[in-house]
Amino acid sequence: MYAPQILIEAALNGLMTGAVYALIALGLTLVYGVLHIINFAHGALLTCAMFAVWGAFALFHVDPYWAMIGVVPLMFGAGYGLQRFVIGPASHGSDNNVLLVTLGLSIVLENALLALFRSDTRALDSDAALQVVELGPLLLSTPRVIGFLAAIAVTGVLWLVLNRTDTGRAIRAVAREKLGARLVGIEVDHVYAVTFGLGCACLAVAACLLMPTYYVNPRSGAAFVLVAFTIVVLGGMGSIAGALVGGLIIGVVESFSGLLLGDSLGQIGIFLIFILVLLVRPTGLFGARA
Amino acid sequence: MTSILSPSRRAVLRTGLAATSLVAMPSILRAQGSTVKLGIIQPVTGALANDGDLGKLGAELAVQDINAAGGLKALGGAKLEIVFADSRSSPEVAAQETERLNGEGVAAIVGGFGSGLCATASQAASRYDLPYLIDVGVADQLTKRGLKNTFRFSPSFGMVTKDALARLVALNDAAGKPARTVVIVHEDGLFGSGLAKLLQAELPKLGFEILETVSHPTPARDMANVVLRIRSLQPDLVIPSNYYGEFVLLARTMQQQRVRPKGIYAILGGGASSLRFVKEFPQAAEGVMDCNHWPDPKNPLTAELRKRTEAAGRAFAYNVPMNYSAVRLMAEAIEKAGAPDRLKIIEALSTQSFASGVMPYGQSKFVEGQNTSALPLNTQVQGGDVKVIAPPDFAEAKANFPLKA
Repeated sequence: MYAPQILIEAALNGLMTGAVYALIALGLTLVYGVLHIINFAHGALLTCAMFAVWGAFALFHVDPYWAMIGVVPLMFGAGYGLQRFVIGPASHGSDNNVLLVTLGLSIVLENALLALFRSDTRALDSDAALQVVELGPLLLSTPRVIGFLAAIAVTGVLWLVLNRTDTGRAIRAVAREKLGARLVGIEVDHVYAVTFGLGCACLAVAACLLMPTYYVNPRSGAAFVLVAFTIVVLGGMGSIAGALVGGLIIGVVESFSGLLLGDSLGQIGIFLIFILVLLVRPTGLFGARA
Repeated sequence: MTSILSPSRRAVLRTGLAATSLVAMPSILRAQGSTVKLGIIQPVTGALANDGDLGKLGAELAVQDINAAGGLKALGGAKLEIVFADSRSSPEVAAQETERLNGEGVAAIVGGFGSGLCATASQAASRYDLPYLIDVGVADQLTKRGLKNTFRFSPSFGMVTKDALARLVALNDAAGKPARTVVIVHEDGLFGSGLAKLLQAELPKLGFEILETVSHPTPARDMANVVLRIRSLQPDLVIPSNYYGEFVLLARTMQQQRVRPKGIYAILGGGASSLRFVKEFPQAAEGVMDCNHWPDPKNPLTAELRKRTEAAGRAFAYNVPMNYSAVRLMAEAIEKAGAPDRLKIIEALSTQSFASGVMPYGQSKFVEGQNTSALPLNTQVQGGDVKVIAPPDFAEAKANFPLKA
């Protein structure tokens, strides 16, 4: 068996990776909670954001963390525009259509990236990626610590936006009762687009936190979205707290199953949880009963 | 009415004649022979792009040199022309692209790089009796499938492991046996898993204790768990077998987590025989040993190839001299066959012996598809360069082992 220090470090690694997973899941759960659709283009949009961060570094030598200043508004705008002018109009008011539209969108985006960047795997090679923070006897990778703190902060900000601002109230109103919201003068299409934009902004932050240590190719977003779906199901569809807690749990599970079963089998733990949650508690940890 | 649906006898004869002459034409063209098409297949995009790019460069340099020196003399000075195929690091694509090369009428194919890529490509080529010379696909099985068209220029991993273990024992004995415990880290594809299995069988017989065998996928996104395991086990030696990207990630994560075993002894490890790694991460690379493909350091052409690689803006790795030499060997085989005829080339490859370019193989001779003279070299990163440390006939420097903690 492993020494306690190793286990603690594996747990911390898991928590830190999990926080970034949570951020990705947050975008997914937000869009589901308000628009009541599963956004199949989530992974492709994450890939787009990652390429944007990579491009900023490769072309202008912008540090991935500073790139947030540009990439987050860019992705918010892209998300807003997509929902307002593509997904919304193409859905003709039917949720089933939205599902197909986002699926189609993901195929278009992925192949556009493939045409632009080919299937090459690209990474940022900066020495910052391998710096460590010493915490007593523990050596924690600096980008992970930054990722963890930033992901928690973004979740907090999002919670504040939803609970303390007019826009947030409007979003919650639309989520609860679309017709009622419209009756009191809330512009539903605008709120939908803002929500979708916020979801994409979460992805932009996640991309900036991932790129210092991870690589990007036109399919790399897909791997994260599979994990994000599991987190959303575990945390409860549409729950922000659920996404955060679920993300952290999944991160730790992945880290431990990687340590104990080997990296080739590391993902098994995640999908076991997925199946167990569906069997035992289909509403998830924080989900309301349907 | 019937004459429209069923063609007249004369029409049939006419078409038949035309068809026959079409079929016969390629051989007439070949006989006149201004160019001979040579298929080069490498993964220049995807996870193995770094290796594929270098392999392609090596092949191009060889064709340049052959053509500059007057082409294939036995074929009246016919020039070689490369038809390039990108296998995109995917076995399925490798097979599809081989079909395309066949369609383009290449006389033979050289390349492949990954074992999985070589496996599908050479099999697709075998359907057309298309001679296929593997550059560095190392899985033993590649030449054991009874494919008459498939030849491997480099040593198989069985051969490499045998040499690697003998040299490891010699190295350890010479240093006073400082190493006893081992952790094996391997990629989970055809190459890494096969090699790990072989090591698990052989290392205990030589007095080493395997503490653990850790596998990881290619591409791997992070080595934190692998390194945590190594840190908890504290082995004397770490033996990695993986491709470039993962090897670099492993070495860098070990450096980050301050894991310093007495030696990192890679067997066919992707990074320690690549100057890109040494240049980009000199600290993580220093002292890493590798038993791998490497050109003869005493052949003056090796230094020249290195210069030409750097002139092309790339860092030198074994892929360049390997493919350079493999293409030259294939050119010699086409000359010995006397014509760009696929069956005659296969016949020449299976019965004759060939010069090995800059690789330390002496005269290459193929037995059941495997070059029996193929030989890996042991290298170590010393002072920001890759130096050959074994076997003695080729060594340029003394091994630095055990490393100071």
